[in-house]
Amino acid sequence: MYQYDNYDQTLVNERVAQFRGQVRRYLDGKLSDEEFRQLRLRNGLYYQLHAYMFRIAVPYGLLSSRQMRTLAHCARTYDRGYGHFTTRQNIQFNWPELEDVPKIMEELAAVQMHAIQTSGNVVRNVTADQYAGVAADELEDPRPYCEILRQWSTLHPEFCWLPRKFKIGVTGAAEDRAAIRLHDIGLELVRGEDGEVGFRVFVGGGMGRTPIVGKVVREFLEKRHLLTYVEAVLRVYNQLGRRDDNNKARIKILVRSLGVKRFRKLVEEEWELSRDDGLELTAAEIKRMQGFFAPPDYQSPGNGAAEVEQQIAADPSFARWVKRNTLSHKVSGYRIAVISAKAPGAPPGDLTDGQMDGVADLADQFSFGQLRSTHEQNLVLADVAEGSLHALWEGLKALELATPNIGTLNDMICCPGLDFCSLAKASTIPVAARINEKFSDLDYLYDLGELKLKMSGCMNGCGHHSVGHLGLLGVDKKGSEWYQVILGGSAANDAALGTRIGPAIALDDVADVIEKILILYVDVREEGERFVDTVRRTGIAPFKERVYADHPKSKG
Amino acid sequence: MQIIRNQKVEEDAWRHVSDGDPLAEGSVTVSLKRWLEERDTLIAHGGSLGVRLAPADELGEILADLPHISLIVLEFPAITEGRGYTQARLLRTRHGYSGEIRATGDVQHDQLSFMQRCGIDSFVIREDRDIEEALDAFGEVSVRYQPAADDETLIFHRREQG
Repeated sequence: MYQYDNYDQTLVNERVAQFRGQVRRYLDGKLSDEEFRQLRLRNGLYYQLHAYMFRIAVPYGLLSSRQMRTLAHCARTYDRGYGHFTTRQNIQFNWPELEDVPKIMEELAAVQMHAIQTSGNVVRNVTADQYAGVAADELEDPRPYCEILRQWSTLHPEFCWLPRKFKIGVTGAAEDRAAIRLHDIGLELVRGEDGEVGFRVFVGGGMGRTPIVGKVVREFLEKRHLLTYVEAVLRVYNQLGRRDDNNKARIKILVRSLGVKRFRKLVEEEWELSRDDGLELTAAEIKRMQGFFAPPDYQSPGNGAAEVEQQIAADPSFARWVKRNTLSHKVSGYRIAVISAKAPGAPPGDLTDGQMDGVADLADQFSFGQLRSTHEQNLVLADVAEGSLHALWEGLKALELATPNIGTLNDMICCPGLDFCSLAKASTIPVAARINEKFSDLDYLYDLGELKLKMSGCMNGCGHHSVGHLGLLGVDKKGSEWYQVILGGSAANDAALGTRIGPAIALDDVADVIEKILILYVDVREEGERFVDTVRRTGIAPFKERVYADHPKSKG
Repeated sequence: MQIIRNQKVEEDAWRHVSDGDPLAEGSVTVSLKRWLEERDTLIAHGGSLGVRLAPADELGEILADLPHISLIVLEFPAITEGRGYTQARLLRTRHGYSGEIRATGDVQHDQLSFMQRCGIDSFVIREDRDIEEALDAFGEVSVRYQPAADDETLIFHRREQG
């Protein structure tokens, strides 16, 4: 993984000292609440319902075991013993004291981490395919480009006060696991007509209150022009994006109002004037960055495969975990293991300090000391030898992180909701718990197949509800919590926005309504048809009919 | 009025004339609107001339007149206003403007180093803020990953060059 040099280390150290000064000026009354807010947000520090919330960057989701242990230490020392992994692959602590935050930053800097630009109207943490570098369907590892983008965007003097936040996602695989079509800029590594690898560039996608699927702004961008082109997009946006209304300030609104053709023309004109301004990458620079992400020292498989076959045959629960929570690896003899942070009863994406230490140890033992966080709020050990799977599973079971539910209904994306977030209109964690409780029969979940449930506690959509196969959006109606049900969305290659089926459902009825929807799905699906494909085939009408047929409690 | 100019506190030598007011002697700034309306009179005025630009003003309006303009004042009505950074950078790097560029409005400590990197070289610090303390802003973060209107090099080039 990327290792800081003297430049990187100096930057984060100086940034910590700068923030310490800002805290001091705030406490001395030399900065107003609003002024300090702008500064602390740019260092990941929010003020939520009850307390500060501190969001730490995990660049493109990659963590070393040492970094994970530092996160565990911070959770234990400065928080209440847990952390929450987010849909931007970052981690949040919910209870730090303001006075401790510079100290936490120092602890992070000591292991090459920071919280720079995890909030505020700036370029945010660049996200990537969680299986980057190990997926069999990958053309090229996206992470070197993510790191290049991370450095270019860090404290970029021209773009530190954008109209609104700006998110970039990158993938190099055939299957889009990074939701790049729902980013301000999405980058897909593709092979051009002459065989050279470059980027297809999407722009203007996003979730939130106006979800929009991104459009292709450039079919092929040479790698050397990654930064020159992205900078041209940012410059057009910085000048023309709306600043009069926060809800209309994202680039997606600008692209929609200009139309992608006109937007493309503006970017190309700007690019023509600025592409020689010193941002062109050389082949040597790209190669140097790729060196940081070189494959680890894979061993020849030995008889790991035979061993694991025996263990699978001998133990059905191990077999279930292997089937559900591990994926094929590009190197024979290895598998990708997904650590489910969706145990029944636990808030989705939360890990305790003990679990963090535990997975760090497992990463050292079984996966070259590295971990990944995913936008679906799980963790990944990317390089596990088949012969080690059983031992890993035992280790995860002891940590209560071996629930074999990846890709099922219970593997849901869920924002923190009313329990933690000052924007939320409805709770999400208790609803998730009820859904988990209702659908606890694993065989039933497996029979349902791939089903992406995504839940947000308000229309800002941190839980990605608009692109869930089944989305839930919490709304407030006269002080009580109701949920809109949205069907047929997707964040993958077939990216689409779901459709709301009708009036919102009361909190107490959500799990029952999901059950009705699923019973109908099982009745009408064709052989092997995923839930989302059935919804697309039948439309929402039959589901709507079933849900509201005898549902007097629903209201508009 | 005191300002920061080239990282030092000094007295402002300019008069900033409102649209309805008569022109003063010496160095004066006017709004873009007035510049466009009274361009010839202004050029004949004899003193140094400056133009004040709002965030939405187009640079194209003054490009041909840059040789007559010694000061461009960029307005930042709020700390969150970001267009002036692009205006400054383009004036320096694309249009070769070498006169003074000044930031005014909601301008204080924590924007200064970013503004400076975009080519802004003087600052009207908000009145209720400590101008001397704001001088500390320039050295806080010494590492620059990307070029702007300063002579910085993209970090990847710098590493290759050793």
